Amino acid sequence: MHDIATSFINLDAITILYLFGVGFVGGLVSGFIGSGGAFVLTPGMMSLGVPGLMAVASNMCHKFPKALVGAMKRFKYGQVDVKLGVILGISAEAGVLYGAGIQEKIKATYGDAGSNLYVSVAFVVILATVGGFVLYDAWKTYRSGNANSEEKAGKLALWVQSINIPGTMVHFKALNARVSVLFTIPLGFATGMMAATIAVGGFVGVPSMIYVLGAPSLMASATELVIAFVMGLGGSLKYAMHGMVDIRLAMIILAGSLFGIQLGAIGTTYVKPFMIKVVMGLIMVIVLFSRGLMVPVYLSQLGVIDKLGDTTVKLLKNGSFAIMIFALLLGAFIVLRAMWQGKQAEKLQHASGALEHGEV
Amino acid sequence: MASSTTKKKPVAAMIVMGIVSIALYATLLLKQDMINSTFAQGGWFALLPIVTAFVFSYFHGGFTGHFWTVLGVEAARKKREVK
Repeated sequence: MHDIATSFINLDAITILYLFGVGFVGGLVSGFIGSGGAFVLTPGMMSLGVPGLMAVASNMCHKFPKALVGAMKRFKYGQVDVKLGVILGISAEAGVLYGAGIQEKIKATYGDAGSNLYVSVAFVVILATVGGFVLYDAWKTYRSGNANSEEKAGKLALWVQSINIPGTMVHFKALNARVSVLFTIPLGFATGMMAATIAVGGFVGVPSMIYVLGAPSLMASATELVIAFVMGLGGSLKYAMHGMVDIRLAMIILAGSLFGIQLGAIGTTYVKPFMIKVVMGLIMVIVLFSRGLMVPVYLSQLGVIDKLGDTTVKLLKNGSFAIMIFALLLGAFIVLRAMWQGKQAEKLQHASGALEHGEV
Repeated sequence: MASSTTKKKPVAAMIVMGIVSIALYATLLLKQDMINSTFAQGGWFALLPIVTAFVFSYFHGGFTGHFWTVLGVEAARKKREVK
């Protein structure tokens, strides 16, 4: 373990503030949509000189306690389905192990560039399809003028809920229906695979709970925190067994993210449910462009296209990272803005209520 | 936030949790070399970062929760409970 121990970076005040700040913004978004932040935190740590695996491990070790605090907060608001979260979380754990195995094989066969290309292509394909759909659905809800009405399960979810497979049916509070675990297992598995591949399982977990199982957006995003806790705990233990967690980095990020996650969770009580889809869809689509920028870099490293100049590579890398930070900041801005507006509306309602009752 | 003015704010709890939280972070940073070399040993030592994360999340999580409450940032009064 000597080589790992010597790879711990020196922490100065700027590094601590940077990790705290990114942790705060990541936590704010996670508290609201159930996931997010990891896609900036992992490369962010690597840019400080933290080895890739240690960055992934340290990110995971901050994720599970953060998700626990967020899940407990949102449980108080009646938004968490613990049973659904634990069942999906356990199958997600299997997905993480399988996804990590695929990653290792690709890395062994095609090297770092091949592995990075696989991650970026997975990012682009999944974020384009799922993110595009989530955003389109949010837009449709906004245009229809039904943003305030209760969300209803879609056709696919109603079909899933109508299938009865004896011996596998479980009642879930979030769905107010019985669903076969034969449907939840592959969804959890896919969430875990995404977590192992692109570090953000929630980009699959939350939309699948909404569109495949029929959970309301608020419940899906809150239940994702339970999945993140289960996955993060198992993953952290696995990495810690190999001594790969830099507990200083994990706890400093946690310091910021716990401020953020509390605020994001509070924010969900002020907004219309479709705002969850807006924030998630927007972040997914913007991050897609960030990863898309890196595809030519990896293709050039693999020799598929002509070698790119050092300046071009640096430009693409910096551009990609800047877009990711922008995605996270935009998400945080929308959450705070929606929260502010919700709070103002509540104040107005309270004032007009007081006027009606002759209290003023 | 009329309710926040009528309800007693958890200032004392915030201060206690905050002090414990600061103490934990101070220990982590002041003893970082010893902590890093111990935690990096892997095997059964893997439990140490996990336990650390739980302890930090309890105290710092409690502090941050009270922090926003004391500032008056609380959930909407009509909690959006999803049925």
